[in-house]
Amino acid sequence: MAEIAIKGVAKQFGDFTALHSVDLTIADQEFMVLLGASGCGKTTLLRIIAGLETPSQGEVWIGDRRVDHLPPRERGIAMVFQNYAVFPHLTVFENIAFGLRMAKLPQAEVTRRVTRTAELMHIEQLLKRYSGELSGGQRQRVAVARALAMEPDVILMDEPLSNLDALLRLEMRAELKGVLAESRTTTIYVTHDQVEAMSLADRISVMNGGYIVQADRPTQVYRNPAARFVGSFIGNPPMNFLPAQGTGDGRWQVAGQVFDGPKVEAAEFAIRPEDLHPAEAGLDAEVRVVEPLGPHTLVTAEVAGQPFRAVLESDRAISPGDVIPLAPIPDRIRWFDPDTHKAIQ
Amino acid sequence: MPRALPYLLLLPASLFLLVFFFYPFGLVIVESMTRGGEWTTENFSRMTGHWKFSSAFWNTIWLTAIVVPVQLVMALVMASVVQKLKTGRSGLLYIFAIPLGISDLAAGLIWLAIFEQSGFLNSILHAMGVVDQPRLFLGYQSIWVIFLAVCLAEIWRATAIMMVIIVAGMGLIPKEYNEAAEVFGATRWQRFIKVTLPLLRPSLQTALILRILMAFEVFAVVVALGGTTLPVLMGETFQWQFQLQDRGVAAAYAMVILGLSVAFSLVVLRLLHVPKGARI
Repeated sequence: MAEIAIKGVAKQFGDFTALHSVDLTIADQEFMVLLGASGCGKTTLLRIIAGLETPSQGEVWIGDRRVDHLPPRERGIAMVFQNYAVFPHLTVFENIAFGLRMAKLPQAEVTRRVTRTAELMHIEQLLKRYSGELSGGQRQRVAVARALAMEPDVILMDEPLSNLDALLRLEMRAELKGVLAESRTTTIYVTHDQVEAMSLADRISVMNGGYIVQADRPTQVYRNPAARFVGSFIGNPPMNFLPAQGTGDGRWQVAGQVFDGPKVEAAEFAIRPEDLHPAEAGLDAEVRVVEPLGPHTLVTAEVAGQPFRAVLESDRAISPGDVIPLAPIPDRIRWFDPDTHKAIQ
Repeated sequence: MPRALPYLLLLPASLFLLVFFFYPFGLVIVESMTRGGEWTTENFSRMTGHWKFSSAFWNTIWLTAIVVPVQLVMALVMASVVQKLKTGRSGLLYIFAIPLGISDLAAGLIWLAIFEQSGFLNSILHAMGVVDQPRLFLGYQSIWVIFLAVCLAEIWRATAIMMVIIVAGMGLIPKEYNEAAEVFGATRWQRFIKVTLPLLRPSLQTALILRILMAFEVFAVVVALGGTTLPVLMGETFQWQFQLQDRGVAAAYAMVILGLSVAFSLVVLRLLHVPKGARI
């Protein structure tokens, strides 16, 4: 059992607050992705869980042990680093065996585990090589194999795919997902790549400015952003936002159209670009740029003076300067509080 | 023309080296193997036959064998400490590097001022009542004290050069390696032995070769502290060249020092060899 509980963890570097009192629970065997832009505190949080950084406040629990005062080696974790950190002076075999040797496992067990994880990561033919003789992708595999060989309770991954080229990243992503699901370890995975986050995660924690803004299943995070930031950060292109005027009784006027909404004082209208379709009547969008992407066409337009994007069927001929009415799918419309930027249920 | 330009630019320096280094160097080799215009091994047999040769040889070897390892350990410890510092790092490096700016003779004289009969050490011991009258530390009856004083002076004088090289080398090791080792269960000591030291091999090579060569050439410090009481190879070279006016034997001594330097450099290179592909 390796449930991870983070209780009120905060971290200051001098005057800079990297993390504001973060609370998060990660279930046993769950794949949790920490997602956010650079500087949002995701790596700091991961390093605090790893023990490479000490929290200024708060507690970290792994299983039923409080670990925030323990050195990394006593936490039952393994880690994959962004730059892999495959030791250059050791062969691939010795790299994978490093942690096992530190744990003083018998040679037979070391060999068994190294061979097994090397096969799992398809690097069994590289075991005698040094890291200088490996490609980036192969080093990545060694780094993952080294972590898996520990058979840890928890694997921590710090942007492990960010240094690979696009094609290799896609391949490794699928492979990682399979391997980690099979290993049944709890995984915490840091990334700034939302596609990676969506495709890998059981749950995503979206982080911003040292806070966890939303921690939920990928589809929930995508469909029901808990805050304006989540909607504007996740999705490519991100969510559209438009100001709305209340006309009373939960009716809202948005760019000349009237929609049913929440019964509150003030609200902001939001819709995902792919949840729009051309209709007889809708939000009048003045087209600025048209980008055909193959399966669909990305249209950048203006609605009531606000930038507005729509992903439309590619069979429609649209050119810049056109004014097209775009109708939102009613149950995909979301509303946010313009002051707190939180979602209105 | 542009292809030839770099070589052209290097030509003056190369010529300078050829004329003022390799030519005299060749002359010394020839000198060590000739006597009165005849090719002979007599210079070498005279050298080895002299009663001081064996002690000069072994004193030099022992000095090196004691001073260099002590310095290596000290330099590693100091570099590790400096490496950990967040502030005041460069200030501390400057302080550590002060002895580097002092010539070896001056260093010898400083330590002579400490150890001589009217020196600081005697003053302090006398003031504290440990001795009732000043002692003669550096006399011929106690060569081991001279040896110890030379070791101290050498360690004081030349540890910094190793430390500076090692600090630079440690700076080249990405800190992720250490963190990875930490996560995978290595204690502080294990990280030092299993990660830092092996990754430091190129710097250790440089530091050790430089320091071993300096150690085989030890001279001024020994002269300052012991005169000729503690013979060393370089001191004997000087003696034969200028006191005994026998350039052939002096050249033979120079050859011995050269041979030792080359041999030990090769040993260091071999021991600390980093295989291709295993570099940072």
